[in-house]
Amino acid sequence: MNSTGNPYVPILVIGAIGFGFAAFSLVAAAITGPKRYNRAKADPYECGIEPSPQAAEGGRFPVKYFLTAMLFIIFDIEIVFLYPWAVTFDKLGVFGLVEMSIFIATVFVAYAYVWRRGGLEWD
Amino acid sequence: MSIFTAPVLNYSLLAPILIVLAGAVLGVMIEAFASKAIRPVAQLSLTLGTLILAIAQVWRIRHQSSLTAAMGSVAIDGAAILMQGAVLVIAILGVLLIADQEQFTVLAAAVPGSEEERESLESGQKLTEVYPLTLFAVAGMLVFPVSNDLISLFVALEMLSLPLYLMAGLSRRRRLLSQEAALKYFLLGAFSSAFFLFGAAYLYGYSGSVSLAGIRDSVVGGSGNDVFFLIGIAFLSIGLLFKVGAVPFHAWTPDVYQGAPTPVTAFMAAATKVAAFGAMLRIFYTAFANAYWDWRPLMTVIAIITMLFGSFVAIAQRDIKRMLAYSSIAHAGFLLAGVIALNKAGLDASIFYLFAYGIATVGAFAIVTLVRDSTGEVTDLKRWAGLGKRSPFAASLFATFLLAFAGIPLTSGFIGKFSIFSAAYESGNKAIVVVGVLSSAIAAYFYIRVIVLMFFTDPADDGTSVVIPSMLTRITVIAAFIITIFLGVFPAPLLNFITSLAYFIR
Repeated sequence: MNSTGNPYVPILVIGAIGFGFAAFSLVAAAITGPKRYNRAKADPYECGIEPSPQAAEGGRFPVKYFLTAMLFIIFDIEIVFLYPWAVTFDKLGVFGLVEMSIFIATVFVAYAYVWRRGGLEWD
Repeated sequence: MSIFTAPVLNYSLLAPILIVLAGAVLGVMIEAFASKAIRPVAQLSLTLGTLILAIAQVWRIRHQSSLTAAMGSVAIDGAAILMQGAVLVIAILGVLLIADQEQFTVLAAAVPGSEEERESLESGQKLTEVYPLTLFAVAGMLVFPVSNDLISLFVALEMLSLPLYLMAGLSRRRRLLSQEAALKYFLLGAFSSAFFLFGAAYLYGYSGSVSLAGIRDSVVGGSGNDVFFLIGIAFLSIGLLFKVGAVPFHAWTPDVYQGAPTPVTAFMAAATKVAAFGAMLRIFYTAFANAYWDWRPLMTVIAIITMLFGSFVAIAQRDIKRMLAYSSIAHAGFLLAGVIALNKAGLDASIFYLFAYGIATVGAFAIVTLVRDSTGEVTDLKRWAGLGKRSPFAASLFATFLLAFAGIPLTSGFIGKFSIFSAAYESGNKAIVVVGVLSSAIAAYFYIRVIVLMFFTDPADDGTSVVIPSMLTRITVIAAFIITIFLGVFPAPLLNFITSLAYFIR
């Protein structure tokens, strides 16, 4: 980038490329894609299970998928912090090691709670 | 490549917060690994031990005040120590009430009225998760008033709110009302957090700094974009005013106070007010102090409508918990008068008021937990008629707390109101003093009406009675009573202590 231009121009260009890509994909799919509809395809997508008009037993939805998603988020957040730490491990030294150990220990507390309380059993 | 230097965290200043967090994590471990039989005892002793240890740490660091910890994001000054102490004292009294597990459901996830719920209640198990949740909320309340930058403010706000949303939905009786309260509190709370964050982003855009000191420097320097600043103040204030329940952001208060289990209401009503007003005082007294001309007029209007609205609407209430909720809205208005005063006297008075009001609130809700019939708590005001004739002791204690709310002399409430209004008068804000005294008089009407109802009305014979309280509830009620009277008769020691310590570092 040259030093005289507006520094926000590249962001505008990125935005334009992103919009163009999305628009191109939609249009291309609409023109070139085959259109064979069946019943399963017309149903709303719901985590791969058979969608039902109303959940059984008085309007409740199974909580299993939600639990899995929450567990995923626990580990996802952990990775968000682990990765930069791993990259700068040399520089952070003992301080980083101690802090990350405390962090991981508290994440595992949540994990242990879920495990002991049956959150990992599917049925 | 710069050399990394480990941040200096000043663990000894953070000790109260870290102890409470460690206690909460240990509590989760007890939930995971201890057997069901020992959980209630283990959790209660762990929670109380943690809170007492934290108070001891607050006491230890009281003279090391006026320091920042965690690289300036936490300010441990005199005012911070007083607020942390107040939160912890209220939390201990609250936990003693929460220990009465009669108030809590066992399986909060069960459908109300279902077979599953009935079985869980008959199993005689206890809901011990509420203890670690309380500790997490307390940790957030300890961080909120000491946060010295917008990021830690937001993290603390979420840390204290999320457990409270859950705890509001744990009532054993009237499950649907309780779940409704939890959902309303969560949705509105999330909404107000978004406002807070939006305001924080604008303040960062204004000053280029998230620290309160940095924002203050920008205000003094006057170089930033004032539009950003005004938008930032407005939205940040909305987030805070929601938490303290000021009109027009009060709508959640009556529903949540009514639906939540009464011990949780006691803890939440008292401790959240201390934490939220603590943060508010810090933000307005440090970061926004020099821009007072921008926010004072509008905040004065909000304080006035909050006082009047709370006092007037409380008159029409037929449910004791809703009445206390509207009374708490009126008290939020009185406390806003202390924020607006923006002088040392206002800060001292606000801290005293917060402590006195918090203790009286815990005491009043503790008595509410005791008035029951065969199906559970009785909150319908009509059925409290003649309670003073059947249980004169409990009714007199309740009357004392109501008189403290009303601000009658010889109770802590009088000293609190008097010092807040004189601080407001000193700052030259006479309108707010006039409205404050006026709405105190209106509020006195409905407090005294309840006292008349309890003592001078014939009891209805419908099985409403005061149950024999457990030892722990008894301790809470008696302690709250003694503190309320003591602060009314001998306020000088605490007032002097507050005056000597209450400073914000800038």
